[in-house]
Amino acid sequence: MNSIHDLGGMQGFGPVGLEDKEPAFHVSWEGRVLGLQRSILALGLWNIDVFRHAQEKIRPIDYLSWSYYERWMHTLTATALERGLFDEEELRTGKGLSDGSSIAQKKLTMKDINKAFLRGNFERVGDSEPEFSIGDLVVTKQTYTAGHTRLPRYARDKLGTVIAIRGRHVFPDSVVDQGSEDPQWLYTVEFEGCELWGEAVDPTVSNLIDAFEPYLSRP
Amino acid sequence: MSDAHHHDHAHSDASTLTDIQKRVKALESILVDKGLVDRKVIDQIIEHFENKVGPHIGARVVARAWVSSTFKQSLIEDATKAINGEADFAEVGQHLIAVENNDEIHNVVVCTLCSCYPWDVLGLPPVWYKSAPYRSRVVSEPRSVLQEFGLELPKDRKIRIWDSTAETRYLVIPQRPTNTESMSEAELARLVTRDSMIGTSDVLTTTE
Repeated sequence: MNSIHDLGGMQGFGPVGLEDKEPAFHVSWEGRVLGLQRSILALGLWNIDVFRHAQEKIRPIDYLSWSYYERWMHTLTATALERGLFDEEELRTGKGLSDGSSIAQKKLTMKDINKAFLRGNFERVGDSEPEFSIGDLVVTKQTYTAGHTRLPRYARDKLGTVIAIRGRHVFPDSVVDQGSEDPQWLYTVEFEGCELWGEAVDPTVSNLIDAFEPYLSRP
Repeated sequence: MSDAHHHDHAHSDASTLTDIQKRVKALESILVDKGLVDRKVIDQIIEHFENKVGPHIGARVVARAWVSSTFKQSLIEDATKAINGEADFAEVGQHLIAVENNDEIHNVVVCTLCSCYPWDVLGLPPVWYKSAPYRSRVVSEPRSVLQEFGLELPKDRKIRIWDSTAETRYLVIPQRPTNTESMSEAELARLVTRDSMIGTSDVLTTTE
């Protein structure tokens, strides 16, 4: 969807705020939120794409006002409610009133805690051949969807060149919109800066995105 | 911004924090009661990200690439495979991609859509990496953003901005500083900063 999370190329946010000797967490609840997020994802009920889309659905004014982990907190709560991990009454009382073992079998334990540290493998080997080859010119699609996409606005309907083929990967758009992995070939596509930003841009700049095959066509 | 607005804002920030703390606690309690999450596991996850992973991991990878051209070659071909093939490096996730800076090209990494970042080699991303100013501007005006980090690149240096839009993760291999021939791999690793592996700054030139 076209919301505030898709920030690339926007103006007016001011300088980048740098912080010396930044701690991993600025307040202790942030760490709890991260731990909860890893634990909930490990239940296997939904994946990172669903979590990302839930963040995209945060109202723009809240997205920009809340801190990063506040956004995570709201997203975890909203998704857990929506997917029946707990109900409104449990949320109101702060107590789990029924056993959750019928909801999920795969609780993260100390034994398999490494799953919380290593990113999952999203590549899915299959029979299909990639449509595009390295060096091919491609045009990214124009799109306006209420669903999920990993094609940023700044790189839509633009001419680029395939510079790498990354394998066949879980397609986030289908995960969120249809609940299926629907694996697709993934390419790194390079765009000349002036194709994206016009003549004003420094001619030495190029931009690269990782684009799934359904985002691409031949010019 | 008016004084009144400023006042309100500060006030609402303070009350939100307390509110958030309560809500995080409630969320955790509900899930623990239901047997879906384990408090010890959460403690351990925090411990891992506070004390175990961080840029020191990526720095060792970069230093090895500087001293071994064979390793550097494997790293550029398939960074995950190269790192996981070294007995003294901890395992990293799939589809880690290493991009090398040289005299012609400077690489910078961003995630404009969220906060994708190579956690297993750099630890948690800094706040600025996840912030609106960086995510919005670095794709379209990289030189002005890099200047804010104190990095002035030669005018003719090509800049490649890698937006992590899929489950690939990017690690920049910065250029090795000159006059470091006598340094050991461990000493070299101390020159490699977090930001140099994101592409927003140069490495240090001395460990002092």
